[in-house]
Amino acid sequence: MTTPDLHVGDSPPPDVPRTLRTRRAPSDVVFRGVIRGGGVCVLVIMLFVGSFLLLRAWPALRSAGLSFLTTQAWEPDSGNFGIAAVIVGTALIALVAVCTALPLALGTSLYISEYAPRRLRSGLVTLVDLMAAVPSVVFGLWGVFFLQGHITGIAQWLSTVLGWIPLFRVDGSDPSDPLTSMTVFTSSTFIAGIVVGLMITPIMTSIMREVFMQAPLGEREGALALGSTRWGMIRSVVLPYGAGGIVGATMLGLGRALGETIAVYMIISPVFVIQWHVLQNGTSSISSLIALRYGEATPTGMAALMAAGLFLFLVTLAVNFAASAIVSRSRSGASS
Amino acid sequence: MTSTPTSTTTTAAALPPAPADPVGPADGRLRPTVVPPGGSGPAERERRRELSGTRITDALALVGSGVAALALTGLLASQLAPVRGVAACVAIATVLFVLLYGTLVSIDEDAPAVRDRLVMVVVHGLAFVVLATLAFVVVFTLARGATALPHLNFYREDMSLAGPLDPLTTGGIVHAIAGTLIQIAIALAITIPLGISTAVFLTEIPGAFSRFVRTVVEAMTALPSIVAGLFVYATAILSLGLDKSGLAASLAISVMMLPIMIRSSDVVLRLVPHTLKEASTGLGAGQWKTVWSVVLPTSRSGLTTAIILATARGIGETSPVLLTSGFTASLNLDPLHGPMVSLPLAIFQFVKSPEPTMVARGFGTAAVLMLLVVVLFVVARVVGGQTPATRERRRLRRERLVRSLRRQGVTARRTLARLLPARPARPRPDPSSPAASSPAASSQEKS
Repeated sequence: MTTPDLHVGDSPPPDVPRTLRTRRAPSDVVFRGVIRGGGVCVLVIMLFVGSFLLLRAWPALRSAGLSFLTTQAWEPDSGNFGIAAVIVGTALIALVAVCTALPLALGTSLYISEYAPRRLRSGLVTLVDLMAAVPSVVFGLWGVFFLQGHITGIAQWLSTVLGWIPLFRVDGSDPSDPLTSMTVFTSSTFIAGIVVGLMITPIMTSIMREVFMQAPLGEREGALALGSTRWGMIRSVVLPYGAGGIVGATMLGLGRALGETIAVYMIISPVFVIQWHVLQNGTSSISSLIALRYGEATPTGMAALMAAGLFLFLVTLAVNFAASAIVSRSRSGASS
Repeated sequence: MTSTPTSTTTTAAALPPAPADPVGPADGRLRPTVVPPGGSGPAERERRRELSGTRITDALALVGSGVAALALTGLLASQLAPVRGVAACVAIATVLFVLLYGTLVSIDEDAPAVRDRLVMVVVHGLAFVVLATLAFVVVFTLARGATALPHLNFYREDMSLAGPLDPLTTGGIVHAIAGTLIQIAIALAITIPLGISTAVFLTEIPGAFSRFVRTVVEAMTALPSIVAGLFVYATAILSLGLDKSGLAASLAISVMMLPIMIRSSDVVLRLVPHTLKEASTGLGAGQWKTVWSVVLPTSRSGLTTAIILATARGIGETSPVLLTSGFTASLNLDPLHGPMVSLPLAIFQFVKSPEPTMVARGFGTAAVLMLLVVVLFVVARVVGGQTPATRERRRLRRERLVRSLRRQGVTARRTLARLLPARPARPRPDPSSPAASSPAASSQEKS
């Protein structure tokens, strides 16, 4: 196999890569321009939202300084305002919500992916996805008109049994007094958190179920062939495989819970002091603060609300990015 | 050299077990094959082993511990301890059930099996709680709204002439229904072109810039809806001087829906097989032609699903609308001027009232809203369940059906013609169906 010498002269020209030039048809040029324009447009809108929030929030942030994070009261017109109380309220509501939703979502997704009969499975998946689309105002209605009346007994019991933990203490309720009023247990962080938890359960279930179903069949069968029970298989194959999905789904649910407005607004009765007692009447959250105060806000008050909204946005942003990073780094690598 | 293969074959034939059974007895003696006794008789049929299914002990353990838990709870609640409320009883019964079931199973199973059973019971219980609660939320809304739903005026009138004390026979929510439809239509007119073209941009022109756009869009999905509403309130209403109106509400909904739609369309478009795109390019189609006639038709059902799901989210959002649309009790079809109410906002305002009729109207509105969402969702499922393969299969089936119907029609006509020979002109077979004409007839025509 000899290469025929094609060069006539004695010095072959050096090998240079050919320059590849794409000549596009006019329709393609127009098309690329249009979709690029769409992308730029969306980018501009999104960056505008973020920068506008920052711009409008700036006066309030500058005038309040660091006390914005430590003040509990919300009186922007007298310059005395801060988000300490609403941050704590938001965080506690989200914490209760995640504590409610995590076991429920884990159990439901395991049931759908591992235990449910094959015929029921697709129907259950559709049902859970449908529940994720139920409007939040409907959950709020349910929370106000049904749950509030039925859960105060549980709240009272919790405060009686666990009252020695500061988180569960309720001021103004005496377990030994049978005539004590139940109103101290209404409109609390606990009830709002449970309703929000039910709202985020479907979306968490849906993500976890997707990850669990991707657990490799070979490893499952291996575990079963080595004699493990079904739970043994789940514990040694499915849960380790889906660990990233569980954490990611929980954080996405947390992001949702932090930003939830209308159900919380309908249930809680707003107070602007730090309310550590989750079972006690009165709490607050950033989003319900905005919904409550936007109407009568002066320019200063608007700037303060913008600052609170910006803070909420930054928190949910951080939580969401952390969630997607965890999910994509995990072994399952599922797209959320 | 030539004799070696034959010699090796003979040795292999002489000592068969040596290479085949390395763990066999080392002395080279062959063990006789042991035939299981009585297995060869044709009269005795081998029974198939039960691999799945429930044993009677499992069922008995479940039922027994359930009954025992109920009985114990009854005893506790009525005789021993002051237990108040249904919730507490259910909680006690559940705990007792799990304990009793564990004990019962542990009588004849080992520890791993007991743990397996307990987890099974707990997982089933959690799933049941979730599904039952979610179903209950829906049923509760429908049941409470049932008093308002049967009145026809509920769908035909607005609330401008109905006060809070009026009965359910006056007033309705037509203003909210119209408002929702107008607002979502404007929002879709903004988000569909922008969202789909951006999603196409993200997949078709990859690079650093599109990665940046994708990151920003992903970040914006985290934007709480109330902040989207606050943004539109501060820009469009406070800065630009727009009324609190349907348009402002649609803008707020659009800001919220756009990232959701872009993200899900992006996922759908990335699923289009590369081979299809390459085939199109290989046939000489440009990028535009490829996108228009390969990428978009292939992902049509997925894109429709993305749009419908984003619509369902947008319809149900209350908080951005609360800040931007204002509230009115009368019908307003002009999105540019004056407040325009939508279904979620109407619910929110109705249930603020202490009057039972207003609350009933609120629940009725919630039922209507949920019905709308469910319809959208079902449409999304039906459309999204279609793949090009199923569509093609359905088309083929339809064609086959039409062809067989035609053939039957032709045979019927022929039979009819044979039965009625008195008619002067024989009806010819249908020329529009070449498959129906028999091969014999066509060969006769040819010859």
